[in-house]
Amino acid sequence: MSTTAPITPAARTLPREHYLNSSYGVRSWLLTTDHKRIGLLYLASITLFFFLGGAFAVMIRIHLLTPQGYLVSPQTYNKLFTMHGIVMIFFFLIPSIPAVLGNFLIPLMIGAKDLAFPRINLLSWYVYNLGALFTLYTIVNGGVDTGWTFYTPFSSMYSNSAVVPAALGIFITGFSSILTGLNFIVTIHTMRAPGLTWFRLPIFVWSHYATSIIMILGTPVIAITLLLVGLERIFHLGFFSPSLGGDPLLFQHLFWFYSHPAVYIMVLPAMGVVSELIPTFARKALFGYRFVAAASLAIAVFGFLVWSHHMFVTGMSVYAALAFSLLSYLVAIPSAIKVFNWTATLYKGSISYQTPMLYALGFIGLFVIGGMTGLFLAALGVDVHVHDTYFVVAHFHYIMVGGAVMGYLGGLHYWWPKISGRMYPETLAKISAIILFVGFNLTFFPQFILGYLGMPRRYHTYPPEFQVLNVMSTAGASVLAVGYLLPMIYLIWSARYGRAAGRNPWPSTGLEWQTDSPPPTENFDKTPVVTWDPYDFHHRPDLDLESAAELPPALPAVRPVGHD
Amino acid sequence: MAVHRTGNLVGHFHDMEQQNEASSLGMWVFLITEVMFFGGIFLTYTINRSMYPFAFAEASRELDVTLGAINTAVLILSSLTMALAVRAAQVGKRKHLIIFLIATIALGSAFLGVKTIEYIDKFHHHLIPGNNFHFPTTPQMAALDPNLNAHAQLFFSLYFAMTGLHALHMIIGIGVMLFLLKEAVRGRYTETYHAPVEVSGLYWHFVDIVWIYLFPLLYLIDRHQ
Amino acid sequence: MSEHIVPTRLYVAVCATLLFFTGVTYWAALQDLGKFNIVVALAIATFKAVLVVLFFMHARYDLRRTQLVIIAGVVWLAIMLALTLSDYLSRSWLPVAG
Repeated sequence: MSTTAPITPAARTLPREHYLNSSYGVRSWLLTTDHKRIGLLYLASITLFFFLGGAFAVMIRIHLLTPQGYLVSPQTYNKLFTMHGIVMIFFFLIPSIPAVLGNFLIPLMIGAKDLAFPRINLLSWYVYNLGALFTLYTIVNGGVDTGWTFYTPFSSMYSNSAVVPAALGIFITGFSSILTGLNFIVTIHTMRAPGLTWFRLPIFVWSHYATSIIMILGTPVIAITLLLVGLERIFHLGFFSPSLGGDPLLFQHLFWFYSHPAVYIMVLPAMGVVSELIPTFARKALFGYRFVAAASLAIAVFGFLVWSHHMFVTGMSVYAALAFSLLSYLVAIPSAIKVFNWTATLYKGSISYQTPMLYALGFIGLFVIGGMTGLFLAALGVDVHVHDTYFVVAHFHYIMVGGAVMGYLGGLHYWWPKISGRMYPETLAKISAIILFVGFNLTFFPQFILGYLGMPRRYHTYPPEFQVLNVMSTAGASVLAVGYLLPMIYLIWSARYGRAAGRNPWPSTGLEWQTDSPPPTENFDKTPVVTWDPYDFHHRPDLDLESAAELPPALPAVRPVGHD
Repeated sequence: MAVHRTGNLVGHFHDMEQQNEASSLGMWVFLITEVMFFGGIFLTYTINRSMYPFAFAEASRELDVTLGAINTAVLILSSLTMALAVRAAQVGKRKHLIIFLIATIALGSAFLGVKTIEYIDKFHHHLIPGNNFHFPTTPQMAALDPNLNAHAQLFFSLYFAMTGLHALHMIIGIGVMLFLLKEAVRGRYTETYHAPVEVSGLYWHFVDIVWIYLFPLLYLIDRHQ
Repeated sequence: MSEHIVPTRLYVAVCATLLFFTGVTYWAALQDLGKFNIVVALAIATFKAVLVVLFFMHARYDLRRTQLVIIAGVVWLAIMLALTLSDYLSRSWLPVAG
C-alpha cells in the first residue's frame, strides 16, 4: 500500500483497530494465539527474570567489594553465582530475542498472518513459565550451588542443595526453546509470502533460522543430560560418578555439546538485529548480503564442533584438544565476516545516530573485543593459565552483555514503534544507551585484567591486591544498573504517552514497516507480493522517504531488481 | 482466543496444501529432536560399555533374548499396521483405518505387556539399580572385574533408563492412537484430510526405530560366549 | 505432504524383510565374530532403520527438504558420537598423564 501526501508527525495517530485493542480481558491475553501478543507475554516473563538474575549479580558485586567478602557465607556465594548463571542464561538470554522479537516480527517480515503453529507458540510460553516455577521453587528452597554447569559428581552426588528442582526447571524450559525453534523453521520454510525467495529474506530471519537449527539439535541433549543427572542423584546410579564406575568427563561432553552452541543461540539473534539496524541507519543496503546469510548458517554448524574447548584442562586427550582448538579458531571466521560486512555497509553510508544505532555500534565494538578474547582462550597454552579465571568471565560477558543484551535493547527500541505504535523519548534513550555503555565497560574491562593477573572465578574471596579492580567493577555495575532501569521506565511510559509513530518512522525497507503501527491482528490487509531485494533503499517508490536524510548515491545494481 | 477454522483449514494458512506441508515438516523436525534426545543416552551407553565390556556382556546375559526378539517382531508388525492405517486414510477406507489403528494399539500394548513381565522379573532377581541390587558373581567373574556389581549396575541403570524412556514414548504413542481411533470412528479422516494420521504414523515408526537399535545393543552383547 | 500411495504389497514385503533381518541379527549374535559382532549388529539395525524411514515413513517419496532434515539429524548424532569418542579413543596415544 503506498503512502499519501507527506504527513507531519503531529498528525499521526494510531490505527483505530490493532492487535492490542482487538479484544480485552485477561483471558484474551492468556489464551491468545496471536504471535504478537505472545511476544509481549514473553517480554513480561523474561524482563522479570532479567531483574531476578540482575539481583543475584548485584549481591555478587557487593560481596566482592572486599577481599574477605563480608556480605554472604561461602556456601551462599556459591549459590549466588549459580543462580545468576542459570537465570540469566536459560530464563533470559536464550529466549530473549527469539521469543520476544522473533515471535513478534517473523510472520510480519515474511508476510504471513501468524507462525505455522500458533497454539504451540502459546504452549511454549506456558512451558517456559512451568520451568520458571521450578526455578523459583529452587530459590525459595535454599538455592543450588553447583555452578550453572552442574559438574558431576558434585551435582549428582555430593551437593546438599536443590539440584533436582533446578535441573527440572531447565529441562522443562528447554522444551519451550525446542518448540519455538520448531515453529520458526516450519514457518520460514512454508509460509513466506509469494515472491519472497530465500535470498530476499531479511538477515533477521536468516539469523533466527540458524538459531532455530541450534535450538532443535542441541537442546534435547542437555535435556537428556540433566535427566540422567537427576536420575543419578535420586537413585544413586553411577553414569557420571567415579566412585560408582562412571565418568565425570562424559557429563561434560554431553553438557557442553549443547551449552556451547547455546551461546550462539544467544548471540546469533542479536547479530540478526544488528544486520537490520546498520542498513537502516546508514541508509544503505547491507554489504555482502549472501555472505552474511551464509555466515549465519556457518556459525550454527561450526558452533557444534567446538565444545571441548571448555574441557582443555580436564585431562581430556591432548590430540582431541588440538582438534577442538583449531575448530574454535575456525568458528570465529563467519563472525568476523559479519563484522567486516557491517563495517563495509557503514562505509560511505548516510549515518544517523539514533538510539538503535548506538546499540548496534556498541554491539560491534564490544562483540569484537569479546570475540577476540575468545581466540586467546581457544589457544591451548593460554587457556591453561586463564581457564577458570575472571578472564573467562569478562570474555563471555562482553559477548553476552556487550553483545547479546545490547542487540536485544537495540532491537527493542527499533521495533518499539511497531510494537506499541508510539515512539520512545529519543534524547533520554540516547543518554541511557551511553550510560549503559560506560557502565558496562567499567564493570567488565577490569575483569580481563583481574583474570590475567590470576584471580579465580567462583571464589568468594580474593587476594587484597585485587581490591581496586574489584571496586571499579562494582562501581561499573551500579552505573550499568541505571542503564537497564531507565529503558524499563521510559519504554513503559512511552507505550501510553509517546508520540504516535506511523507505519514507517525510521523509515526502513522491511515488510513489517508496510503495515500499521501497531499492526492489525492478521498483520496485513492483503497478503503482500514481494518483488524487491532486501535493504534496497533506492528502488522502493512505495517507501515514505521524505522524512529520511539524504540517501547516499545508489550503487550500480549487480542484477536488475525483481530477478532472483 | 481460538484459532479460526473453516472446516479443516486453519485460518492462518492459505490452503490445505500449505497446512499439510507445515504439519509434516513440523513432525519431522520434532523427530530429529528425539534423535538427539535418545542420542545422548546412546552416547552414555557407548562410553560406559567401552569402559566395562566384560561387565556389560555378563549383565546383558541376564536379559531374556526370546522376549526381546518377540517384542522386536511385535513392534515391526505394529509399524506395518500403522503404515496400512495411514494408507487406508489416504484412500478413504474408514473401516480399514479403524481396524489397523486397533491392531496397532493392540500390538503396542502387547509390547508394553511383555516389558512389564521383564521388569517384574528383574525385580525378583534383585537387578533393579539401588540398594537391593545384587548381581550374581562367580569367583571367575570377580577375577576379571573386581567391581562387577557396580559395573553391572551401570548396565542395568542404562537398561531401565533407555527402555523406560522408550516405553514412555510408546505409552504416549498409544494415547495418540486412541485419540486417532476416536476421531476415525467419528468419520473425521478422509482422502482429503488425514494429516494427523500421517504425522502420528511418523512418530510411531520413529519409536520402532529406537527399539530396533535397543534390541541388539542391550540384549545381544557377546551372546556367542 | 506426498500423496504417493504405496501399494500394500510393498509394505508387507518391507515388514517381512525387517522380520527376516531381526532373525539374522539374532543368528549373527550367536557367531563369534570378535570385534565385528557389534559392527554387524549395528549395520543390520541401520539397514532396518533405513527401510522403515524410506518406506513406512515415506521418505523415499517425499520432498528433498524432508530428506535433508533426516540427514541433518543423523549427521548431528554422528558429530556428537564421533567427536566425543575422539577424546576417549585418543587419550592413550600420549603415554604421559593428561
